[in-house]
Amino acid sequence: MKQERCNLLIIGAGPGGYVCGIRAGQLGIDTMVVEAAKPGGTCLNVGCIPSKALIHAADEFAKARGFAVENALGISAGIPEIDMSKTIAWKDDIVKRLTGGVSGLLKRAKTRYVQGHARVVDGKTVEVDTSDGPMRIFCENLVIATGSKPFDLPFLPFGGPVISSTEALDLTDIPNRFTVVGGGYIGLEIGTAMAKLGAKVTVVEAADRILPQYDGALTKPVLARLQELDVTLYLSAKAKGMTMDGANLLVETMNGDIQIRSDKVLVAVGRSPVTSGFGLEDLGLTMQGPHIAIDAHCATSMRGVYAIGDVTGDPMLAHSAMAQGVIVAENIAGDLAIWDKRAIAAVCFTDPEIVTVGALPDDIDGSAVAQFPLGANGRAMTMERSDGFVRIVYDPETELVLGIQAIGAGVSEMAGEFALALEMCATLTDIADTIHAHPTLGETLQEAALKGLGRALHI
Amino acid sequence: MKVLAVKLPDVGEGVTEAELVEVNVKVGDIVREDDVIAAVMTDKATVEIPSLYSGKVIWVGGEAGGTLAVGSDLVRIETDDAVIGAEMPATEVPDAEARKPNEALPSPAPEPKTKTAEPTPVSQTNPAQTGAPRPEGKAPLASPSVRARARKGGIDLRQVAGSGPAGRITNDDLDAVFGRPPQQPAATRPAARSRRMGTEVIKVIGMRRKIAERMSLANSRIPHITVVEEIDVTALEELRAKLNADRGDKPKLTILPFITATLSKAVLEHPEMNAHFDDDAGVITRHASVNVGIATMTDAGLVVPVLRHAEALGLFDTAGEIARLSKAARDSKATRDELTGSTITITSLGPLGALATTPIINHPEVAILGINKMATRPMWDGSQFVPRKMMNISASFDHRVIDGWDAAVFVNRIKSLLETPALIFMEV
Repeated sequence: MKQERCNLLIIGAGPGGYVCGIRAGQLGIDTMVVEAAKPGGTCLNVGCIPSKALIHAADEFAKARGFAVENALGISAGIPEIDMSKTIAWKDDIVKRLTGGVSGLLKRAKTRYVQGHARVVDGKTVEVDTSDGPMRIFCENLVIATGSKPFDLPFLPFGGPVISSTEALDLTDIPNRFTVVGGGYIGLEIGTAMAKLGAKVTVVEAADRILPQYDGALTKPVLARLQELDVTLYLSAKAKGMTMDGANLLVETMNGDIQIRSDKVLVAVGRSPVTSGFGLEDLGLTMQGPHIAIDAHCATSMRGVYAIGDVTGDPMLAHSAMAQGVIVAENIAGDLAIWDKRAIAAVCFTDPEIVTVGALPDDIDGSAVAQFPLGANGRAMTMERSDGFVRIVYDPETELVLGIQAIGAGVSEMAGEFALALEMCATLTDIADTIHAHPTLGETLQEAALKGLGRALHI
Repeated sequence: MKVLAVKLPDVGEGVTEAELVEVNVKVGDIVREDDVIAAVMTDKATVEIPSLYSGKVIWVGGEAGGTLAVGSDLVRIETDDAVIGAEMPATEVPDAEARKPNEALPSPAPEPKTKTAEPTPVSQTNPAQTGAPRPEGKAPLASPSVRARARKGGIDLRQVAGSGPAGRITNDDLDAVFGRPPQQPAATRPAARSRRMGTEVIKVIGMRRKIAERMSLANSRIPHITVVEEIDVTALEELRAKLNADRGDKPKLTILPFITATLSKAVLEHPEMNAHFDDDAGVITRHASVNVGIATMTDAGLVVPVLRHAEALGLFDTAGEIARLSKAARDSKATRDELTGSTITITSLGPLGALATTPIINHPEVAILGINKMATRPMWDGSQFVPRKMMNISASFDHRVIDGWDAAVFVNRIKSLLETPALIFMEV
């Protein structure tokens, strides 16, 4: 058997794993990354990037459809058509460019990339099934970055018309009737795109509202937009399985059982960490529920074994995994890097988009809220989308910003400023006294801060 | 105006003299009735003496550390108060006599000769950092670059006060910390080493003197033999964890209840260990009941409350009783009964328990069991190293009446009981 040695071995080349690999390589650590599928992980291949590509295509198509009818802009155009096979090929090309980029970045950092399925033998030894036969790798440090996979409902197993987000992002034919089980961000992002592409979309959610992790005010504009797009919502409803012929989804609602005719059923009820199938159990690491328990250095209960990304639990976000990857690489290089982030922004690419950073209004006792509507923002009006708002949760005593949320078309690009404000421990005055360029959506954050200080100008 | 004396009351059965551990008044002080004027220490307890009158102190019968006979005058107070009853432990002192106390009255305890310098309070307060920088539970606020700089500089931001808005720690705040003279001389900034001068004299009084006397007595009279043995407590710890997990609202079990149960069992076969040796009379008294002294650290020093009839108590009862006794001892609320009558003693330093100790026997007992630190160690099981929870015990015996062989057999018995805890509780 071929044998290799390295200082740091990373299992999984998703956003956590590949960033850890690049940073470790930059720091001169002899590093190897093992990946069973393609570099880039869920994010690049079947998650963030392809879904945003699909959402963009759907938005453009919906825009074109809007021009085919009477519209305020006075644009007239013919009824558009979409060739989904071309759309998917365009998306695949973006994915290919990005994953190719990851391979190139790893190579430039002198980190070795091994394609194959890894199996952990012990905390210092991993066997990989490569196309050239098995390879045994001895390492001093091991990073588990195996990510997560779509949660599989036992009564609604993937296969046939029942698909996960992975398959939903590869549909070359838009189904006539598209049903989504799960009103979380994945289900609503893809469901909205499908509706814009012409499918009749139904969403089945077990809770009594969509996006249950957010407050009602934050999700109201999304709800309004779903109604405009003619999406049917079943709340407090439980999917029970498919009918025998596989044509209908059985749903238990408050008003009794119903059947929803569906050409495709997307099950998007969450993601579960990948902690089995590669010998992890034999390490006997301390777990926290289904996730691997880690400390502030991302170290597991076994010395020299680290875990980053989705396997370590919520928030399952690519940028969180990347930050963890950097911390691990720097720790192994001898720097005492530690997880001391004050905030991780989370973006929901629904229509309109939602950004949340830090505390929500009811999270911290005694906090106050300052909110500014997009309806009073010039740039929002010129983009024909003035639904939504920006709001700041702050400590009224010290003006310290505790959290920022926004909902509105295009607000995802403000996530960085929001996170920066929290990470810098900004106060309302810091934001209010920073000149925000006019006319941009960002002015709404400045106005919200001014409002909190009792000196809003444009409302 | 008359002068009345407050006498040292009878503070305990059979006590003829008591040591002054605190004298709260001096000549010239104005005291009110019921003000505590002094505290005395008897065999086991500290008793506070209140003033019986209001008035001016004109004479004090001794200072802290001195010994006073029961019934003698403690202080004399010039007062307008009337003498209320004949039984009052006070006598009217003729004015003339009071004015020249050293001639007519037993003189106050002599000045201790050891005192060479006034003890100076040792203060380490750093003027740049008084008080906590922020309320407990509040996280320090700092930008990522300040956090990184602090981390690289080895500074705990929780200890740094922030001067920025909302208490934000700025780079200037960090500069101030880096610029502050280091607490310990650092290699980069060699602080001038200065000679330290002076001595501090601390009088050994009260409880500390009592402890000193008892330790001297035990160590000078008893030729100790100490046996140290290692014990595999893996099974015991598993049992303890199991019992604790299902304990409900019962007190949490430490290892002590298991040790007392083990002792109760082991002395059945070794009654010579649960005994008192009156060396003056040349008599050994073996006890049927197992009254275990539990050496307990208190603010004032070592106290040994007694767990009575350990042989008759269940584990949780024992745990509850030990918790109650040690709390009473720490709060100085333990009664005389709770502090006397032990037949064998356990001493444990908890997590600080060291590898081995040489416990001093609690005279007139003949055996003491010291519990040392528990640690997971690799043990060779014949084919490989396995992690086992190991704990040493250090037991001392009175070698005049316990032979080395018997000591070893007894320790071995304790070892086998603790290693197979079922044996502690089984009647076979």
